[in-house]
Amino acid sequence: ISMREKPVASFLGNQVPIATEYRGIINPLDIDEYQRRGGFSALKKMFESLSPEAVIEEVKNSGIRGRGGAGFPTGIKWELVRKEKSETKYLICNGDEGDPGAFMDRMLLESYPYRVIEGMIIAAYATGIHQGYFYIRAEYPLAVKRIRKALEICRENNFLGKNIMGTGFDLDLIIYEGAGAFVCGEETALISSIEGSRGFPRIRPPFPAQKGLWGNPTLVNNTETMAQISYILREGFEKFKGIGTDGNYGTKVFALAGKVARGGLIEVPMGVSIRQVVEEIGGGIANGRKFKAVQIGGPSGGCIPAEHADTPINYESLSEMGAMMGSGGLVVLDDTDCMVDMARFFLSFTQDESCGKCTFCRVGTKRMLDILENITSGKGKPGDIEELEKLAEWTKKGSLCGLGKTAPNPVISTLMYFRDEYEAHINGVCPTGK
Amino acid sequence: MNPIESLIKDLADQHGRKRESLLPVMQGVVQQEKFLSEYSMVEIAREMDIPAAEVFGTATFYSFLETKPAGKYIIRVCRTITCAMKGKNQLLFAIQDMLKIKTGETTPDKRFTLLETNCLGWCHKAPAMLINDEVYTEVTPEKAREILTGYMKDI
Ligand SMILES: NC(=O)C1=CN([C@@H]2O[C@H](COP(=O)(O)OP(=O)(O)OC[C@H]3O[C@@H](n4cnc5c(N)ncnc54)[C@H](O)[C@@H]3O)[C@@H](O)[C@H]2O)C=CC1
Ligand SMILES: Cc1cc2nc3c(=O)[nH]c(=O)nc-3n(C[C@H](O)[C@H](O)[C@H](O)COP(=O)(O)O)c2cc1C
Ligand code: SF4
Ligand code: FES
Repeated sequence: ISMREKPVASFLGNQVPIATEYRGIINPLDIDEYQRRGGFSALKKMFESLSPEAVIEEVKNSGIRGRGGAGFPTGIKWELVRKEKSETKYLICNGDEGDPGAFMDRMLLESYPYRVIEGMIIAAYATGIHQGYFYIRAEYPLAVKRIRKALEICRENNFLGKNIMGTGFDLDLIIYEGAGAFVCGEETALISSIEGSRGFPRIRPPFPAQKGLWGNPTLVNNTETMAQISYILREGFEKFKGIGTDGNYGTKVFALAGKVARGGLIEVPMGVSIRQVVEEIGGGIANGRKFKAVQIGGPSGGCIPAEHADTPINYESLSEMGAMMGSGGLVVLDDTDCMVDMARFFLSFTQDESCGKCTFCRVGTKRMLDILENITSGKGKPGDIEELEKLAEWTKKGSLCGLGKTAPNPVISTLMYFRDEYEAHINGVCPTGK
Repeated sequence: MNPIESLIKDLADQHGRKRESLLPVMQGVVQQEKFLSEYSMVEIAREMDIPAAEVFGTATFYSFLETKPAGKYIIRVCRTITCAMKGKNQLLFAIQDMLKIKTGETTPDKRFTLLETNCLGWCHKAPAMLINDEVYTEVTPEKAREILTGYMKDI
């Protein structure tokens, strides 16, 4: 199709491709084409002219924050790992992407394998690591296949292995396939999983940067974070920093799905508004229905109602609104979607995926789910909302890892904006007629 | 040596016998056998010198490590949010109806197992399902019937 066709042009609209550079043009496994389009030039530049410290400085200056959801400054994490004296350190690219509604990392792994690998080589060089892992979830068989092939081709071309590009730097990367457990995306659970155990999260600190895989310093970064790194080195931190807004630099990839007219993967500068994403890029709501809310950040995130659609997408604004950036899944809801049912859905997800280690997470999510099930099936009673609020608070406080700490968010945020829907259910009616 | 013993031995030779090789070895058995029987878990424990209870505990933690007999083709229908919004129930019903099994069951001829799974990362083309390693998207009940008919022909 022609790029000038109207819907496509506006779909591309205010997008800025960094992680998704040459989208739809580049053949994922063609390493020559990747190089012709600037691939591995950041790597070459680094090996020719940058010390590990200089690389870290560049990444710190770019202001990039982790794209796995929490937004921890990437350069600072690298510096912490660099400073650790241990002989053995590990690198892990987190490709577990369990958030329902998220598919950024799948697309990046499948479509831009070399860009992710290039970012990992840079990270390894900067932090003094020689052994790394791709942790990819079982639900993504094609991503595993592509990365496996890409790693093979990189080894053949001496971008991986011993004495990379004749520089004396060694790095080996291998794949570790997940086996279908959401909590394994949490970095310490992921580490237990690679060690061959059940994926139970551990108490932090120590953070993986100090004590990770087999007790060694370990750098864990999200797939999208890795995919942004080569751009920063190739173009310089100023250019990256020139995109986005204060404290939220660069771009974020989002998975746009739900009731929007045009769903798919998008990459926009930080700070664009939810409205711009839904209306300009997504083409508004499908089938002429009314825009009701977006659910952002999956089961740890929350909803933002249509009347707040001008909220800019950055880590802080979204948290202030009771949602969170999260990994980047954006599920658009229309006026036929029931918000109580939405909350019930996410709670049943977290309840199912809780590893069961903490009583608060295990029991709290179960009791909240029971109440939500009663409310949605017309058996709600006065006092249920207050009970939910109480349970939400103690589940947040009493949980060890992010899964339990954030599990109540979908309930809290729907209560914040759509309390009337809860009340209506308790009085026997679902406002959307379900 | 029976086939399971030699499969496990080969996998252990290939991946190693340290604790961190447990998952890859189990995944290898599942790939070949479609599930981990009690017998295979005991064999893995013996071959790798890990307590059997640890092997059971680890296997049951992960949803892709089936511990119940499964068919040649494992169908996993996404049960997560956007697929639920876009008709995954109708899809499940169509498959159940065609294969005459419920979710979680295997057909008597051991060809198909029907399961649900978490998000497959194709939310913009919901509903989605996985058959072994193959992803199918925007699967209407009619499309599901067509796809399954294809698999049925393939002996
Ligand atoms: N991508 C996905 O599919 C999913 C993403 N998430 C996201 O995960 C996030 C929560 O993840 P957490 O790891 O619990 O967040 P966190 O804020 O505890 O940590 C973020 C990162 O910074 C590092 N870090 C933080 N403080 C540090 C320190 N003092 N020293 C060294 N390193 C430090 C951590 O090791 C980690 O790598 C949520 O925001 C959620 O949105 C949750 C579920 C699924
Ligand atoms: C329950 C849970 C699941 C998570 N799943 C993922 C995931 O799938 N991918 C990911 O990158 N981070 C996930 N995280 C966050 C990781 O713990 C960690 O913060 C992240 O990988 C760090 O990378 P970043 O600094 O590049 O964002 C999860 C956290 C929690 C609490
Ligand atoms: S908060 Fe929940 S998922 Fe996290 S460790 Fe505790 S029980 Fe497990
Ligand atoms: S919700 Fe079904 S593929 Fe994502």
